[in-house]
Amino acid sequence: MMLILLIVILMTGGIVAGIAARWNAAACRWLSLLAVTADFGIILTIWIQEGLSMTLTNSWLRDVYIPWIPSFGINFHLALDGLSLLMLVLTFFLGILAVLVSWNEIQYRIGFFHFNLLWVLAGITGVFLTMDLFLFYFFWEVMLIPMYFLIGIWGHENRQYAAYKFFIFTQASGLLMLLAILGLYFIHGDQTQVYSFDYFTLLGTALSPETGRWLMLGFLAAFIVKLPVVPFHTWLPDAHTEAPTAGSLLLAGLLLKTGAYGLIRFVVPLFPAASAAIAPWAMLAGVVGIVYGALQAYGQTDFKRLIAYTSVSHMGFVILGVFAFRELAMQGVVMQMITHGISTGALFILAGALYERIHTRNIEEMGGLWKKVPFMGVIAMVFAMASLGLPGLGNFIAEFLTLIGAWQASQPLTIVATAGLVVATAYSLRIMQKVFLGKTNTGYALHDLSLREKFILVPMCIVILWLGLFPQPVIDTSRPTVANSMHTDNHAALHRGAERNKVYEALTRSSHEQK
Amino acid sequence: MLSLLWLIPTLPFLGALILILTGSRIPQRVAARIGCGSIGLSAAITALVGYDFLATGQASYKFTAWTWFHVDGLSPGVTFYLDSLSLVFIFVITFVGFLIHIYSTEFMQTDEGFARFFAYLNLFVCAMLILVLADNLVLLYLGWEGVGLCSYLLIGFWYSEEKNGYAARKAFIITRVGDTAMAIGLFVLFSVFHTLNIQDILVQAPQVWTIGASSAVLVGFLLLGGAVGKSAQLPLQTWLPDAMAGPSPVSALIHAATMVTAGVYLITRMHGIYELAPLAQQWVGIIGAVTLLLAGCSALTQYDLKRVLAYSTISQIGYMFLALGVGAWSAAIFHFMIHAFFKALLFLSAGAVIMALHHEHDMFRMGGLRKKLPVIYYTFLIGAASLAALPFITAGFYSKDQILWLAWAGERGNLWFFIAALTGAFITAMYTFRMVFVTFFGEAKTHISHRPGKRMTIPLVILAVLSLIGGFIELPHTLGHVTLFSNILSPLLPAVPLREGVESTEWTLQLIAAAFSLGGIYIAYIFYIQQPKLADDLQSATRGVHQFWFRGWDLDALYDFVFVRPFVYLSKWNKGDVIDRFYTLLVRLTEYFNETFVRTQNGILRWYIMSIVAGAILIITISLFIQP
Repeated sequence: MMLILLIVILMTGGIVAGIAARWNAAACRWLSLLAVTADFGIILTIWIQEGLSMTLTNSWLRDVYIPWIPSFGINFHLALDGLSLLMLVLTFFLGILAVLVSWNEIQYRIGFFHFNLLWVLAGITGVFLTMDLFLFYFFWEVMLIPMYFLIGIWGHENRQYAAYKFFIFTQASGLLMLLAILGLYFIHGDQTQVYSFDYFTLLGTALSPETGRWLMLGFLAAFIVKLPVVPFHTWLPDAHTEAPTAGSLLLAGLLLKTGAYGLIRFVVPLFPAASAAIAPWAMLAGVVGIVYGALQAYGQTDFKRLIAYTSVSHMGFVILGVFAFRELAMQGVVMQMITHGISTGALFILAGALYERIHTRNIEEMGGLWKKVPFMGVIAMVFAMASLGLPGLGNFIAEFLTLIGAWQASQPLTIVATAGLVVATAYSLRIMQKVFLGKTNTGYALHDLSLREKFILVPMCIVILWLGLFPQPVIDTSRPTVANSMHTDNHAALHRGAERNKVYEALTRSSHEQK
Repeated sequence: MLSLLWLIPTLPFLGALILILTGSRIPQRVAARIGCGSIGLSAAITALVGYDFLATGQASYKFTAWTWFHVDGLSPGVTFYLDSLSLVFIFVITFVGFLIHIYSTEFMQTDEGFARFFAYLNLFVCAMLILVLADNLVLLYLGWEGVGLCSYLLIGFWYSEEKNGYAARKAFIITRVGDTAMAIGLFVLFSVFHTLNIQDILVQAPQVWTIGASSAVLVGFLLLGGAVGKSAQLPLQTWLPDAMAGPSPVSALIHAATMVTAGVYLITRMHGIYELAPLAQQWVGIIGAVTLLLAGCSALTQYDLKRVLAYSTISQIGYMFLALGVGAWSAAIFHFMIHAFFKALLFLSAGAVIMALHHEHDMFRMGGLRKKLPVIYYTFLIGAASLAALPFITAGFYSKDQILWLAWAGERGNLWFFIAALTGAFITAMYTFRMVFVTFFGEAKTHISHRPGKRMTIPLVILAVLSLIGGFIELPHTLGHVTLFSNILSPLLPAVPLREGVESTEWTLQLIAAAFSLGGIYIAYIFYIQQPKLADDLQSATRGVHQFWFRGWDLDALYDFVFVRPFVYLSKWNKGDVIDRFYTLLVRLTEYFNETFVRTQNGILRWYIMSIVAGAILIITISLFIQP
């Protein structure tokens, strides 16, 4: 029931906060903060409880199963394993920060803003939890629409365009996924006479290579647009740049991760054969993304746009790692999802903080700010180093594991991807040079980070260091999921699907008994 | 005592942490004490640990702080591994580092970034110690990148100058090119051995690989790639001369004594692999030989005092690579240590000179400092003599002589290596004493504004003493035959087998080397003291070559043309993202069709009727031709 509570808290919190804003803006902010913090507390409790008892054989920690529309085989089915647990921890951590960064930035339609913010989070939470494909699609949309409003209403100059673009890209690709979901539903139903949207039931559906490929491509479309993979990335620079700081934070930190999560959770397990067939191309796309994103990042002058392109580059590692089908690489991907969320999120927060002070995002107009805002400079240095993959910070673990795993799958691609790190160095150092170092631009009077901002950024620094030096808890948590997803051939998947069905039946039985 | 090992890198780290967290809020005096104190303690502990280690005669000592991560067979620990090789390195790092820290407290006295400077410097020492103490390649890589970061931060320490920032970024990016090769080397090693623990790899390597196995050679070259980047060897040496933009103590510590020799450490540490990869090892030697000549020639033509020293560092590390290339592991490490002494000394003295002359770098505007800065003069002279390998009395002679001898007599040595090393020795003596004569002799050209105090001169004197007597712990057969140094390293690093029938030539070669070194000094004397006009004439006669060498053989221009400019051009050209055009085009098309079809809805009835009729005719026509 805890799992439902996670979503319910956010949704009701959003409504209540939205209404509260009619009387008092501060109350609305505090209520939102409270709702997300409550969820963060719950998920941390679960992590601490389960963290020690996780085993390889049963990776499922929590399971909630409520029949919803039985005639169509649609159930309200949520389940939590290590991967979703980590994603949720990240979600609520960044969620708290998102509320905090908006504290001063958002000054109009405060209630509606927080309603949207919490509903995006609720949608993301649902996406990370649901094990019913119909429900999954529902949550996929839930996170899309409030995000559209966040960009379109509270964004920068060109927000309308960016919001439309974001919406159309995501929606169009999402519809392809819906088609694929329906296709899978009917094929499975025709074969077994069991019409169900349940993930565990659909796992191991026997598909001809041809059908498997098309259905897989449907899912893939939604996820690689979200991730994004070059050449489907062009919504991202616009959306990230135009969104308010909290929006950029959620987009980069979480929404992109839903794409990565989808690849790991759905594409590979549901269509192992088809995924294996497309793997070389997917890895190639990843490498192209790494290099292209980095090159593009180097050329930008808009701070937020620059960071947006670094996301494109970093997400290339994700698809490279997922389709390498190696445990090392997959662990790297999980680390990358978390560390990228933190490091890129922090850079967006810094960009937002600077924008609040000097009202420009053009890095050509900055320079020499270290002298005036040394604290901010140090934080920026930490995250610039994170984004170039300096060992000791979390991103290094992610990239190193991904690359060393990918090496066993494809050597030429790994070489190019590794060379991408040189370009990452170039753009990261360019950020530092243009913004904080160089000649002091005397035009600006600006103050260093406020207490609230330190409260946001210092924990992020600590977390990225912690992930770099002590990554093992994270690795252990995701290990069962990662290890189980490693068997790629169809036969093994079938076998595993059957096993999981048993586990899941046992679980549902026990949960029914509890009721 | 050995159990204190973990404190050696930890103390500088704590020092850096405190200085970063407190920032400029603490008084300079306190910051200096934290900065120097942490390194001083580290040095003291190193002495204790070293004594204990040598006294007990252990082969190695290992301390695991924690397992860094553990995934699918890859489980590097944060584990420090002490053996005689790492002992030599931590000794040099902490002791020379400590002296340089003391020196810096005076050198940086008036700088507003005093605390920041010591924070970076401490962090650097920590990273460097981790690099040499790492028991696995992943942790080594952490130290490796860590020193790269600190080098970047310290080269660009005076960040308001645009060109310092450029030099800093250049250093970081170019070394990262090498690091990429090294990272790929790690991937290969892991896929072969399923571990990245150094000792495990070295034990397994001879069992898995035969001599000359292709993957062994591949790994050899990839690690060499990392080494040439960090150690500023051909073709990645271009960053080091520019790195002189940093404060002089930084040049002394990072860009002379320690970080730039990380490549030498890496290759020595992985010597087991190079013994299985003769081709890669030979290339280590070739790169060393070519680099030492090229950089030597460039050093001859520089005006900036620190740039002469920078090219000289590249050249001297070339000697170390040459030694590695012929398998003279212990000779390379010996030269590393002696070089750390005299080159740190030279950089610190140069720093004192530059400070005394209002940050004047051009040595042709110095002159006549012999009388005015006597302490600096004598220490610099000793450093220079050691660098020029002045026979018999300087440490540099003994360390370089060993390399020269083994380049000729070693089993993997040959005539070409020897000729290169000998020519290099001649050039070295020449540019070194050119520097001495131009800076300290002749007329005074700039007024002296500041005389170095005790905190600067004492480290100089200590280093000068070391540059003289440091050589006596390892003397050749012909001159006393002392092998204290190589005895320490011998359990780890095999001695070089000599070619047959060369032993009798050792005396002759030593005399030749001594003659070349003295000859170089004499020529510098003729050119810059006796007949200064000669130097000018020669320079104008060979203007083209002079400029070419001055610009570092135009490699900068080449890289700029081949890599930098196309990259920058491409990224600027594609700022708007060409892929987005496709989607814009889609939108345009949609709008176009929209406009077109909007026009058909014009409210004129006869248009509609005409459309219906035309449509009907079209459908009927089509259905006549296509029968379903």
